[in-house]
Amino acid sequence: MARSSAVPVTATQLTAVAAGGAVGAVARWGLTDAVPDGAGFPWTTFAINVLGAGLLALLPAIAERRHPLLALVLGPGVLGGFTTFSLYAEQARALVADGSVLLAAAYAVGTLLACLLAVHGATALVRRRNEPDVLS
Amino acid sequence: MTALLVALGAAVGAPLRFLVAHHLDRLGAPHPERHWPRGTLLVNLAGSAVLGFCAARSLDGNALALVGTGFCGGLTTYSAFAVQVHDVGRLRGAAYAAVSIVLGVAAAALGFVLGQALGQA
Repeated sequence: MARSSAVPVTATQLTAVAAGGAVGAVARWGLTDAVPDGAGFPWTTFAINVLGAGLLALLPAIAERRHPLLALVLGPGVLGGFTTFSLYAEQARALVADGSVLLAAAYAVGTLLACLLAVHGATALVRRRNEPDVLS
Repeated sequence: MTALLVALGAAVGAPLRFLVAHHLDRLGAPHPERHWPRGTLLVNLAGSAVLGFCAARSLDGNALALVGTGFCGGLTTYSAFAVQVHDVGRLRGAAYAAVSIVLGVAAAALGFVLGQALGQA
């Protein structure tokens, strides 16, 4: 298998992602603490993941070009730490274990589709903004 | 106190995810659409297994904040996963999503069973 030819990661980059990740995770914890998921459909985690996915797709328009380090803080950092795949998988597992197989499937597929919709919308928005203005 | 533990766990998990994804996802390589984001898949499955384990061990509030909410939450990502599914193309994206979700739930179940087995030993 071909080895990765990617440039080495710097300590500054790791620190940026760590700091952003801490902020995003605390925000996620704050939201789930204020509005716990409870039994049934985990709406809070659902909303967190959909919001985070949409915002990540918007990021290239906001930060990437001028501030590569800011893009790291916000993307893999804040939004990576804010959203969670592990809790999503564990919640689906717990629903299956409780016998709510249909609810588990609805949660698993519903989160994915809502996230894709958010990403699609955000991407379209970014693309429209980046189209060169022929009149200027 | 809880917020600090969550921050600490994520400050380890998030850069670890970044490192693994940076080296294995190959999204910067030519024709990124021909590659699977293997790094992101790997951290998402690992984090799901660890969180499943934590759930079975019924950790106290502080341990769960550090390892579960902080580390596992920081290690795994849904935002990058969703953007990757969107970007790698319809067929590859569907396959990547299906494998991630099915194996993710299976990993959580494996961790949960391991945690239970350890409790009875």
